[in-house]
Amino acid sequence: MAKPPVLRITPPSRWWAIPFGELWAYRELLYFFVWRDIKIRYKQTAIGAAWAVLQPFLTMLVFSLFFGKLAHISSGGLPYPIFYYSALLPWMYFASALQNATNTIVENQRLVTKVYFPRLALPLSSVLSGLVDFGVSFLMFIAMMIYYGIRPSAAALWLPVFLLMAILTALGVGLWLAALNAIYRDVRYVLPFLVQFWMFASPVVYSSSLVPAKWRWLYGLNPMAGVIEGFRWSLTGHGDPPGRMFLASAGVVLAILLGGVGYFQKMETTVADVV
Amino acid sequence: MSEAVIHVEGLGKRYRVGERERYLALRDVLARAVTAPFRRNGQRRTRDYLWALRDVSFDVRQGEVVGLIGRNGAGKTTLLKILSRITRPTEGFAEIHGRVGSLLEVGTGFHPELTGRENVYLSGAILGMSRREIGQKYDAIVDFAGVERFIDTPLKHFSTGMQMRLAFAVAAHLEPEILLVDEVLAVGDLEFQKKCLGKMQEVSQSGRTIVFVSHQMNQIRRLCERVLWIDAGQIRQSGSTGEVIAAYESSQVGAAAESRGKCFLRWEVPGHGNVIRQLADEVVFRLELQLTEPVSKGHLGVNIVNGDSVLLIGWGFENVEIPAGRQELMVRVPFLPLRPGAYTLLCTLFNNGNNLNDGEAIEHWIAVPPLIVDTRPMTHAQDRWAGLLNIPAELQVPSTDTVRTSVAGS
Repeated sequence: MAKPPVLRITPPSRWWAIPFGELWAYRELLYFFVWRDIKIRYKQTAIGAAWAVLQPFLTMLVFSLFFGKLAHISSGGLPYPIFYYSALLPWMYFASALQNATNTIVENQRLVTKVYFPRLALPLSSVLSGLVDFGVSFLMFIAMMIYYGIRPSAAALWLPVFLLMAILTALGVGLWLAALNAIYRDVRYVLPFLVQFWMFASPVVYSSSLVPAKWRWLYGLNPMAGVIEGFRWSLTGHGDPPGRMFLASAGVVLAILLGGVGYFQKMETTVADVV
Repeated sequence: MSEAVIHVEGLGKRYRVGERERYLALRDVLARAVTAPFRRNGQRRTRDYLWALRDVSFDVRQGEVVGLIGRNGAGKTTLLKILSRITRPTEGFAEIHGRVGSLLEVGTGFHPELTGRENVYLSGAILGMSRREIGQKYDAIVDFAGVERFIDTPLKHFSTGMQMRLAFAVAAHLEPEILLVDEVLAVGDLEFQKKCLGKMQEVSQSGRTIVFVSHQMNQIRRLCERVLWIDAGQIRQSGSTGEVIAAYESSQVGAAAESRGKCFLRWEVPGHGNVIRQLADEVVFRLELQLTEPVSKGHLGVNIVNGDSVLLIGWGFENVEIPAGRQELMVRVPFLPLRPGAYTLLCTLFNNGNNLNDGEAIEHWIAVPPLIVDTRPMTHAQDRWAGLLNIPAELQVPSTDTVRTSVAGS
C-alpha cells in the first residue's frame, strides 16, 4: 500500500505560487461550482436564458438609436446593430463575470468558513459560468449576421484569443476585487461605478479610431479596449488587426492577473477569520 | 499499525482583537490610520492580540477516536479549523498523514433552489467526494436520510428536519482516512441522533481516525477512547475518556450557579462537596431545607438520573414527619456503585401523602450543583460496553491458577 501523502500545515509564508496542481485536484469541485451557478441563475429567473439575449439586445437597440442615429457616431460603415452588438458581447460578459467574481467570496462565506478548498476555485468558477450566457447571446449575433448578410472572414479564427483575454481580464480584476471585498465591504458600492466608467473608457459605444493613432497604445493599457476592438475586428472586419494596442492590453492583463493571484492568496490565508 | 496520523507541535493561533468573525469597513481602516500617530509606540502590539490557541502539541494515532472537550471559546473549533486547513496557524505546525474530511457544519453548501438530488452531489463534492464516489453511494445516502419521495423537489420545500437528515446522510458517507467532526450530532430528533451515533461508531470501527468535538459528554463517552480537554487555548489534560471527563465535569461544578429551591436550600456529601470519591463506602446525602409549615405523613423522593436522562435509582420514604423551620435530612446509602460521570439528583417532597394519593406537592427540586462521581472505572474499557454501574469483578482460571481483575487499565 502506498504511504499516504503527508500534509504539512504551517503559518502562511511570504511566498506564493499559482496552485495549479491543487486546482487540478479540485477540478470536479470547480465543475460543480460552475454547474451550481448556472443552474441557480436559470432556476431563479422566470424567462431564464432569454435574459442572456434580451440584455445585450435591448442595450444594442438603445445605443443604435441614441449614439448611432441621433449622435451619428461613426461605425465605419457597419450597420449600427452589428457595430454595437459585437462590442456588447464581450463587454456584457466581462461586466457580469467581474461582478460575480467580486461577490463570490462574500456570497460563499459560509462555505469559506466551514470547508477547505482552493479559494481560487470560487472566482474562477464565476468567471467560467458566465460563458454560458455569452454563448447564448452569441447565437443571437450569428442570427444578426445572417440577417445583415455579413460574412465573417478568416479573422474570426482570432475570436478565441480575444475571448480568452476577456476571461483573464475578468478573472484578474475579479481576484483583486474579491479579495478586497472580503475585507472591505465598500467594494460592493464602488463596483457599479467602476463598471460604468470602464465601459465609457472602452470602445463600446464608439470606435477606437476616435483615439489618435499615436495614443492608441496608451489606450490599450485598458485591457478591455484591446478585447473589444479585437472582437469587432475578428467578427466584422471593422478596425485594425491586433497590433501594438493588443500587445499593451495583453501585457496589462498578465500583470493584473499575476498580481491578483498573489493578492488573493495573501487574503486567502486570513479570509476565514475576517469574512 | 499505530503510528501517528496527526502530529501537532507547538500550534498557536493569534487573532487581532475585534478582527475575529468581523469584516472591516474602509472607514475603520482610515480611522485607525488617522489615530495611529497619536498612539504610543508598542502599545498596540500586546494589547490588540488574542491567542485563541497557544502551544498545543499532541499526536493522534491511526484508528484512534479522540474527543475534544472544553468550554465555549476554549479553542476547540479553532483547532479543528486549523487541522482542516480553513485557517492557518500563527505558529507551530501540524502534520497529517492521509486524506482528511472535515465536518464543521451539517449542510455545508446546500442551496435551497436546487433539488435534493442536486444538493447531494453538490454537498458531496464540497466535502471532498468525487462525482463517481457520490454516484456509487447515492442510493445509500437517500435511504439513510429517508427522503426518497421528495428527492427531486427543491430543497426549500423540505422541512428543516428533512434537510438536516439529508445533510448528515451525505456527510456520514464521507470516507476519508481522518475525519474531523465539530458538534454536528446535536441535530435532528432523538431517533436520528441515535442513527448518527451508530454510523459514527461504524466508521470508527472500520479503523479510521476521528477527532470529535462535542459538549455532550455521553456522546464523547460512547465514541472516544481518549479525550483532550482544551481550556483557554491550551491542553489542560489529556488521557482516557473517563478520567478526563470526570476532571472536566468536576471543574464545571464550581462554575455552576447556586440555585435554590422553594424549600430545598442546598445539598452536599458531607466533607466532599458534591463529589463521591469512594466506590464501596457509605454515601451520605445531606439535604438542607427551610419549611414554612411542618410536613406530616409526607413523602420524600430521592432519585439519581444520568446524562442520558435514564433514572438509575430512586428511593421513596413514606410517612415522613419534619417540623417547620430550617431542617436537615440525611439520606444514607451503604454503597453506590455508579459509573464515573455527572448525575442529576432529583428530590421531591409531598405533604399529607404522596404523588399517587392526593399528596400536596411541596417541591420537585433538581439539585444544584449536580452530583459528580469521580471514582476509578472498574468496568469494560470501551465505554459502550461498560454499562451503568461501576463494580469490580474478578476472573479466575483455576486450572492455571491465574486471576484477572476487571479494572480498566490494569
